[in-house]
Amino acid sequence: MGLFLLRSYVVLIFLFIFAPILVSFVFSFSENRFPSLPLTEYSLVWYQRVLDEPAFLDSFKRSLTVAGWTSVLSTCLGFGGAYVDYRYRFLGQKVYVALGIVPPMIPVLILGVAMLIFLSRIGLSGAQHSVVIAHVVLCTPFSMAINRLKLSQMDQNLEAAAWNLGATPWATMRTVILPFCLPAILASFFITAAISLDEFAIAWFVSGLEETLPVRVLNLVARQSSPSVNAIGSFTFTMSLTLIILAQLVLIVSQRRSGRNE
Amino acid sequence: MVVMTFWTVRNFQLAPDFSFSNWVTILSADYVWDAYARSFLGAGLASVLVTLLAFPCAYYLGLKASPRVRLIGACLIMAPFFTSFLVRAYTWRTMLGDQGVINAILGWFGFEPVQMINNLFGSIIGYLTLVMPLVLLLQLFSLSAIDRRLIEAAHNLGCGPYWAILRVVVPAAKTGIILAAAFSFVLAFGDLISPQVLGGSNPPTLSILIVDQVRGGLQWPRAAVIAVVMVLTLITVVTAAMVMTYGGNRRQSIRGKS
Repeated sequence: MGLFLLRSYVVLIFLFIFAPILVSFVFSFSENRFPSLPLTEYSLVWYQRVLDEPAFLDSFKRSLTVAGWTSVLSTCLGFGGAYVDYRYRFLGQKVYVALGIVPPMIPVLILGVAMLIFLSRIGLSGAQHSVVIAHVVLCTPFSMAINRLKLSQMDQNLEAAAWNLGATPWATMRTVILPFCLPAILASFFITAAISLDEFAIAWFVSGLEETLPVRVLNLVARQSSPSVNAIGSFTFTMSLTLIILAQLVLIVSQRRSGRNE
Repeated sequence: MVVMTFWTVRNFQLAPDFSFSNWVTILSADYVWDAYARSFLGAGLASVLVTLLAFPCAYYLGLKASPRVRLIGACLIMAPFFTSFLVRAYTWRTMLGDQGVINAILGWFGFEPVQMINNLFGSIIGYLTLVMPLVLLLQLFSLSAIDRRLIEAAHNLGCGPYWAILRVVVPAAKTGIILAAAFSFVLAFGDLISPQVLGGSNPPTLSILIVDQVRGGLQWPRAAVIAVVMVLTLITVVTAAMVMTYGGNRRQSIRGKS
């Protein structure tokens, strides 16, 4: 009896978590402007509406560009940062690592204000590249954490062995370390892209007139209720999920392969 | 990373004439303190609620369920991280609105429409939506790390199931539980969407004030003052949580080592 109650409670909590996601999917197909029960007409009118409006497409393209740049840059920085932490022992290493985990602990809103003030101070605010810079700051720690985890699984002697066999440091990097870390690099690439695609608070502050898609949605929500939001949300959710599943698959496949090698 | 150092000095950087007028303006305004109290209480309430609500669920998944169910549960908990919180909050608004789904269902049973958005309830729903998956995940981690023999021992020693949870499970998972609560406080305190979309943005919270100052009044230094106050508050709260966790745990860990 107690276990049954507990089980139903678990189901209830999961319902609470998934209700908005599922309902958003369902509503995105409902023709009614203010969706309510019973759902009447089903149609793709809101998807059509989104596609017809050039502002959406523009902001969507911008989001993709920003996500692309962000994921490339923060993955490079994250890998570099993780490698430095892995390879060298230096003074203030603890501070260095601690600095690396600070940005995710700060509310994005405050990070947004800080980035706005900082970027406008050096004259880089209000454009697409400012969003990229801000997102790189936000995403690099995640990338660093993923790469650091992978590097810590690597045999420390591998690098030394490569050197003994006459490889230059760069050749070692290219032929030994990078292939080993490739799954982590790909994973961090996808995850940072997903974070950047969803992030609105920082982008809202620094983007100025060049809105990204989430900022566009935020402005839309603040003004009126429009079921287009559901359509966009369902669409971006599917996209983020695809990115994440891709990242997971890459990790799993690589683990299988390394498991077989051993 | 390096950029983060700027938030401590930026007040002085931004104001060419070094002055405390912004601090005075913000700190002497009543509405700021009202907003501060509101944010603090809202976030506090949310983190207490989410801890209490999530615990039974994490307890079931971590200790009662089979490994398979636990894995599926953990995967399901991760899914919301990849959805836009904004869209989820918006959907709650359509669901909880006066003509929304929930009120429609209540209407079938003959209830009057209940106002559920544009008030504290709405904000809290938003906060819970935001932090529930994270808290569940953290609690699940710490609960599934518990040595099951401890619980069995408690049962053998004549401890009832509820008493065992209170005296054995909760203390053993204390670190994770407090950490999760601290995280949820941080997230809810800095959240803009819940109070704006679901809470009706009036009366404002601190996060809404920041946005107003920046977008409406172009008062960046004042927004910065609020931001610094928020960061200081968060540091205090997180430090307090850390002290609570590790200060109380020292005895336990010594016992564990011996």
